[in-house]
Amino acid sequence: MRKLRLIVLLYVLAGAAAYGFASPPKDHATPEDLLTTHNPVGRRGGRLVVSQHAEAKTLNPVLAVDRPSREVLGMLNADLIHINRLTHRTESALAKSWKVSRDGKQYTLQLRRGIRFSDGEPFDSQDVTFSFQVYLDKKSNSSQRDLLMIGGKPIEVAALGPYAVRVTLPQPYAAGDRLFDGIAMLPRHLLEQGYREGKLGQAWPLTATPAQIAGLGPFRLKQYTPGQQIALERNPHYWKADSKGNRLPYLDDLVFLVLPTENAESPRFQAGDTDIISQVGVKLFEDLGKDASQKYRLQDAGPGLEYNFLVFNLNDDVAGRLPAIEREQKWFKDLAFRKAVSQAVDRQGAVNLVYRGRGTALASHVTPGNPAWMDSRLQPRPASPEQARKLLASAGYGWNSEGLLHDRADQMVKFSILVSSNNQQRTVIANLIQQDLTKLGMQVTVVPLEFRSFVQRVLETHNYETAVMGFASGDTDPNGEINFWLSSGFNHFWNLGQKKPATDWEAEIDGLMEKQLTTRDQKARKKLYDRVQQIVAEELPIVVIASPHILVGSKLKLKNFEPAILGPYTLHNVEELFWEE
Amino acid sequence: MRHIDRQLDAPYLMRHKRTIRWLVGFLLLLHLAALLAGFLAPYSPTAQNREFPYAAPTRIHFVDASGHFHLRPFVYGMEQSSGDRQIYTADSANVHSLRFLVRGEGYSLAGWWKSNLHLFGVDAPGKVFLLGTDAYGRDQFSRLWFGSQISLVTPLVATVISLGMGVTLGAMAGFWGGWVDEVIMRIAELFLAIPWLYLLFAVRAALPLSISPVGAFLLLVTLIGTVGWARPARLIRSVVLTTRQQDFVLSARAAGASSGSILRQHILPQTWGVVVTQAAILIPQYLLAEVTLSFLGIGVPEPTPSWGNMAGSVQQYSILTSYWWMLAPVMVIIPVMYVYDRLAAALHEPVKSSA
Repeated sequence: MRKLRLIVLLYVLAGAAAYGFASPPKDHATPEDLLTTHNPVGRRGGRLVVSQHAEAKTLNPVLAVDRPSREVLGMLNADLIHINRLTHRTESALAKSWKVSRDGKQYTLQLRRGIRFSDGEPFDSQDVTFSFQVYLDKKSNSSQRDLLMIGGKPIEVAALGPYAVRVTLPQPYAAGDRLFDGIAMLPRHLLEQGYREGKLGQAWPLTATPAQIAGLGPFRLKQYTPGQQIALERNPHYWKADSKGNRLPYLDDLVFLVLPTENAESPRFQAGDTDIISQVGVKLFEDLGKDASQKYRLQDAGPGLEYNFLVFNLNDDVAGRLPAIEREQKWFKDLAFRKAVSQAVDRQGAVNLVYRGRGTALASHVTPGNPAWMDSRLQPRPASPEQARKLLASAGYGWNSEGLLHDRADQMVKFSILVSSNNQQRTVIANLIQQDLTKLGMQVTVVPLEFRSFVQRVLETHNYETAVMGFASGDTDPNGEINFWLSSGFNHFWNLGQKKPATDWEAEIDGLMEKQLTTRDQKARKKLYDRVQQIVAEELPIVVIASPHILVGSKLKLKNFEPAILGPYTLHNVEELFWEE
Repeated sequence: MRHIDRQLDAPYLMRHKRTIRWLVGFLLLLHLAALLAGFLAPYSPTAQNREFPYAAPTRIHFVDASGHFHLRPFVYGMEQSSGDRQIYTADSANVHSLRFLVRGEGYSLAGWWKSNLHLFGVDAPGKVFLLGTDAYGRDQFSRLWFGSQISLVTPLVATVISLGMGVTLGAMAGFWGGWVDEVIMRIAELFLAIPWLYLLFAVRAALPLSISPVGAFLLLVTLIGTVGWARPARLIRSVVLTTRQQDFVLSARAAGASSGSILRQHILPQTWGVVVTQAAILIPQYLLAEVTLSFLGIGVPEPTPSWGNMAGSVQQYSILTSYWWMLAPVMVIIPVMYVYDRLAAALHEPVKSSA
């Protein structure tokens, strides 16, 4: 019996020893390389409740494409290099520092040592290489893959040691450090097996238990209540600390409450059930401001990056397929016609009516929210129907006895403006444009369509004449919009799927965008992008109208609240938010 | 028994007729006013005042800021209060007299008589918005009158279509019976079973995107009218079925009268009571249908006003709670619906009693 006990003990010891040697070195002993923040020091505790218009669809960072999922995942995960939402500059995150090679192709990143995932497991370069392997793998169906492809080739990531990685770009890439923003680092210890078995797509659904999920963000999953809320709790291993060395975040809990409409959201905010209200419509913003008993502050963060515009259908593929639209394209392809439309639209009127002054009339697609890249020489012109009429008359258009406009072939100028009925503000813009164009004798109808039908017509079938749309890049850098401006880009709305540039000016934009992509000198890049803005303002494939301000609200007792014009507008510094006593 | 007693009660009948006269008189007046919308409205329904979105109703004054009484009513000019673009204050230094029978923007009455004479208006650059303005700074009062043209005419025309189809098909089914009756009644049942709102959505989706306001109006009228023929057809059929067996019809047949003549001269006049009560029931139903469809965005498109698309803006909570004057179309729809309902009940009473 004693002999048996000895054998069992030896087995246990041998097993424990074998486990200790075989498993990756546990880094618990390495001192943590915490990032110190500089905002006012706060106090621990409390719960923050924020609302979302829709429920997140997944907790898997590889698959998430919808905004609610990304908002939640932003709280659960962290990136290597981060864009500061207030300064718009890159700053250290999981990578403590980085160096760029002279040719601009290699980034060497030094990782923070001793930091751990929310489940207590250490983070090192193996997690980084694994993360990029997953994102770049076609089978993962990750939306991040496109961002990590440069010139059609993937970036390469190699570990240089447990806390250093080298990222090699296929070609020099201006602002390459911005590539890393928003790319969540994944826990290899939890996801590698599923990935090898081809089951990564099934990992981390909303129904996953908290023990199955780990990240490097300020919070970790606590509880999911279907259709109602996602509750997160403080990550005790988070890698940031305040200036007094207190580990962040301050808040104990963060709750995302599903409130599908602004109509549902505002009473809950006024009642104090939610603590932050984000992307508030201007009407609601003003109404909230009238509440005398308010225990909240409302903030106008200024012009955002969103711009709303009228787009002409210049798609070449309608030829022979949609004869009515092909017929009307002869007006839309006429620069004088586009200029007349632009000249007739009352942009300041749109700002007054739609945004009640909390918006900006635009001359180009770069808004005043992005002063570093805006070509300030371009200024919006006041509406002038007279000038517009002169332009049309000089281009051979005429008016019948009833004052209705006809083209050179005596065809009446009659077309529709498509707009998403889900977006009230854009519907008002469309009606405003319609009214302005009626003054020119154009017969214009506004067609509000349910969002999916709208998208299908504009992006897939191209069965529309003109449309009012909005676009907002996630970054201030021009590269964030490259797919909008490149003639081959998947967001080149006015003429999608071009194999080669359809016009000379699109070819010029292609050249400028590609050149700025590889130019590392900031001034030279700005000059190139200024020229892009000038071409767009001259050629008018889109008639840019106005940009709304970012309007938010938060409870008065919530401190360190600093709304940004880059998303996430209110929670970008969630780890520093705290409740005043 | 109660109905029979009532029918025999002469004073009740007198009162009853008087009520009908009042109700019909009110409706005739309303429709006449709708016809004269261009004259009654001070502005074009599509004219935007982009400096004054959601301006509150303009106050009409007789006494000015210094306490002087004016025989001619006047309004003050408006200016936006600084800091809050939503609030407009009256500028007491800026007085604009209210005048009657003034020249203004051109319009046409019933599409053929052009004029620019308006019942009232104020001296430029003043503005008078009796029911405030909407999101585009358009005069709600003017839009309400012009909107009544669509909202009141649509149910009338749609009812004519429904009853025209209902009487024709119902009479054919009841008079000839047999396979004609079978086919018509089965189709009627099919129409009754169809969820009409979804049908209208589907039909609208299948049509071209860009429809002019006139096209949209005709489409709306045709759709609503066509969908609603089945119920009156069944009622007419039952009246025809009963009537064709009656002695006077059998006598006419025996005297060699043709089917068409019997139907025209002897049977259809018997359906008149049903037709009138059905009209009084269908018109408010269709009024509500127009309002519903326009409210949902598949009726008459902007900028042409209808009571439905005007009411559509109060779908937004913030507008509903902030600008009471945006409820003006709803406030008009309610009494009109009530009058139609009372009329239907009043007309239906003698029919029920005689049944």
